[in-house]
Amino acid sequence: MNGQGRLAAWGIGLAALVALPFVYRDPYHLHILVLILIWSFAYTSWSMMGRFGLVSLGHGGFMGIGAYVTALLWNHLGLSPWIGIPISMAAAGALAMIVGYPCFRFRITGHYFVLVTLALSGIVLQVITATRDYTGGSLGYTPNRATGNKLLALQFDDKITWYLIALGVWLFGIVVWHWVDRSMARYALEAISEDEDAAAAAGVDVTAEKLKITLLSALMTALAGAIYCQYQMFITPDTVSGIAVSLQMVFAAIVGGLFVSLGPTVGAVITILLAETLRIGFGTKAVGWDNLVYGVLLVLFIIFLPKGILGSLLDRLKPQRKVPRAHEQEAVQIARPGT
Amino acid sequence: MGMQAFLDIFDIYLLEAVINGILLGGVLALLALGLNLIFGVIDVTWICYAELVMIGMYAMYFMVQYYGVSYFVAAPLTILLVAILGALLHYLVIAPLLTAPPINQLLATGGVLFVLQSFATVAFGIDFRNLGIRLPVLAFGDMNFSYARLLSFLAALVGMVAVYLFMTRTFTGTAIRAISQDRQIMALMGVDTKRIYIITSALGGALAGLAACLLVLQYDVHPFVGLSFGPITFLICVLGGLGNFIGGFIAAFVFAEIISLGGLFSDLEWGYVLAFAFFIVMMFIRPAGLLARRR
Repeated sequence: MNGQGRLAAWGIGLAALVALPFVYRDPYHLHILVLILIWSFAYTSWSMMGRFGLVSLGHGGFMGIGAYVTALLWNHLGLSPWIGIPISMAAAGALAMIVGYPCFRFRITGHYFVLVTLALSGIVLQVITATRDYTGGSLGYTPNRATGNKLLALQFDDKITWYLIALGVWLFGIVVWHWVDRSMARYALEAISEDEDAAAAAGVDVTAEKLKITLLSALMTALAGAIYCQYQMFITPDTVSGIAVSLQMVFAAIVGGLFVSLGPTVGAVITILLAETLRIGFGTKAVGWDNLVYGVLLVLFIIFLPKGILGSLLDRLKPQRKVPRAHEQEAVQIARPGT
Repeated sequence: MGMQAFLDIFDIYLLEAVINGILLGGVLALLALGLNLIFGVIDVTWICYAELVMIGMYAMYFMVQYYGVSYFVAAPLTILLVAILGALLHYLVIAPLLTAPPINQLLATGGVLFVLQSFATVAFGIDFRNLGIRLPVLAFGDMNFSYARLLSFLAALVGMVAVYLFMTRTFTGTAIRAISQDRQIMALMGVDTKRIYIITSALGGALAGLAACLLVLQYDVHPFVGLSFGPITFLICVLGGLGNFIGGFIAAFVFAEIISLGGLFSDLEWGYVLAFAFFIVMMFIRPAGLLARRR
C-alpha cells in the first residue's frame, strides 16, 4: 500500500469508528469497545519500550499510580482530574526515573531488568494494600460522585462520551507510536537493543535514550490508568496494578505483535474478547475458571505461535519482504547478563 | 516511666526484631536458592516460583487438616509433590521453549502463574486457611520467639546444607555446577543436559516444597499468597547476583532484617517498601549484585 492509500484507509477507518456509536447504541457492546480502546492505549504504551527489548513488568505499577493518585486527589483534596491526572502521570514518571536511572546507568539488562521491574509492580501493589486507610486496600476504591460540573470532574454517564474520549486517547497513543517510529530516537534505540556497546561507541547516549522512552511509556501508562479509573469509577489493586496486570500487558502486546503500530490494539481486541467470552461462558458460579483457561491458552499460545497473530499474518501477506532486522528476527532479545 | 525505661523496652523489641529477621532470612534464603539454581543452570526465570510454594502450602493444609496426616509424614510428601510439579513445569513448558527468545520463556512461566492462581481459586476457593497448629512461644528473658520460626530457620539451614552436599559430593551435583558454568560444552563432555535440567527443576521444586512446609506453619494459605513473598525473592536474587548462591544467601538475610526492622515501626507491607528502597540504593552502589567481582 502506498502512502496516500494508507492515509485514506486510516481516514475512512477513523470516520467509521467516530460514527459508530451514533449508529449502533447497544450499551454492553459500547462498554466492551471502550474497555478495548483504553487497554489498547495501555498496551501500546507498554510496547513503546517493549519493542526495543526493554521488557518491563513494572507497568502495572505505573497504571496503578495513574488510577489511584487521580482518585485519591479527587476524593481527599477535591482536586479535579484535569489537574489530578497530570500529577499522577508526573508521579509515575518520577518513579520510572528513580528505578530506570540506576538500571540503565549500570547496565541492568535482560533477566535482571525484568525482575527489578517485576518487583516494582509487586511493591506498588503492596503500598496500595498497606495504605488501606486511604485506598480501601484490596477491597477497592471508588471516586466520589461529582455533585457539580460533570466536565470538571471528568465523570460522564453516557457511554457515547466515554467511547469518544477513549477513541481520542487511543488515537493519541497510535500517533505517538508513529512519531517515535519516525524519530531519530527509534534508530538509536534499535541500535541499543542490538548491541549496547556498539551503539555507545557510535555516539548514542544509551542511558539518556532509554530513559526518554521509559519516561514516555510510563507517562502514557499512568494516563491509561487514570482514564480507566474515571470510566469504571471503581478500581481495585488487582485490576489496575500488580504483576497480573503487567503480565497481561506483555501478553497482549506479544499476541498482537510488537513491531506494528496496531499490534497491541489487535492484542487487546483478542485478549479482552477472549476474557469476556470465557467470563460469560463460565458464568458467575465458576469463579476462577475463566482465568484458568486464559492462563492455559496463554502458555499454549507462547509455545505454538510465538510471533504474534498480526505479526505472523503480515509475514504471510508479504512473501517478498525485505530481510528482517536482527532485532526483529530475534523478537525481543534479552541479553544474557555478563555478556 | 522515665526515658530510660522506654529505651529498655525499645531495645528488647529491637533485639527481638533482629533475631526474628534472622529467622525469616532462613526461609527467604531457601526460596532464593531454589530460584537461583534454576536460573544458574537452565538460564530461565520461573516467575511462578512463589505459586509453586502456594500449591505446596495447600497440599500441607489438606493433608494435615483434612486427612489428619501427621505433619512430619505430610512434609516429605509435599516436597515430593512440588518436586514433581517442578519437573513437569520444565518438561511441559520450558523444554519446548529452550531455544525461544527469553521473553517467551518468561511469559510462559507468567502464564503458569495465572494457571496456578486460578486453579487454586477454583479448587480451594479464596478463603484464608491455616493449619491450626499453634506451636508454643519460646520465652527468652523478656523476648518471645515462636517455635514455628525457629523450626523453619533450622529446617531451612538443613535443606541448604543438603543441597550444598548434593552439589559438591555427587556426580550429578558436579554436572549441575559444570553446566551452570558452560552450557554448550557439557553436552560434548558426555553429560545428558536434558536429564540434568529435569533433575535441577525437580530440585528447585523440592526447595519450594520445603519452603511451603515451613511457611504454612507461620502464614495463612490463600490463592494469592505467592504475591506476598514472590517479589521479595526476585529482589533477593537480583541483589545477590542471579545464579550466585552465596550472594543470594547473604542478600536474603539483609532483606529479612530490613523487613523485620521495618515491620517493627509499622506494618509488614512497609517493611517490603523499605526493602525495595534499599534495593534501589544498592543498585547504585553494587549494580551487578552484592558479591560481584569488579571487572
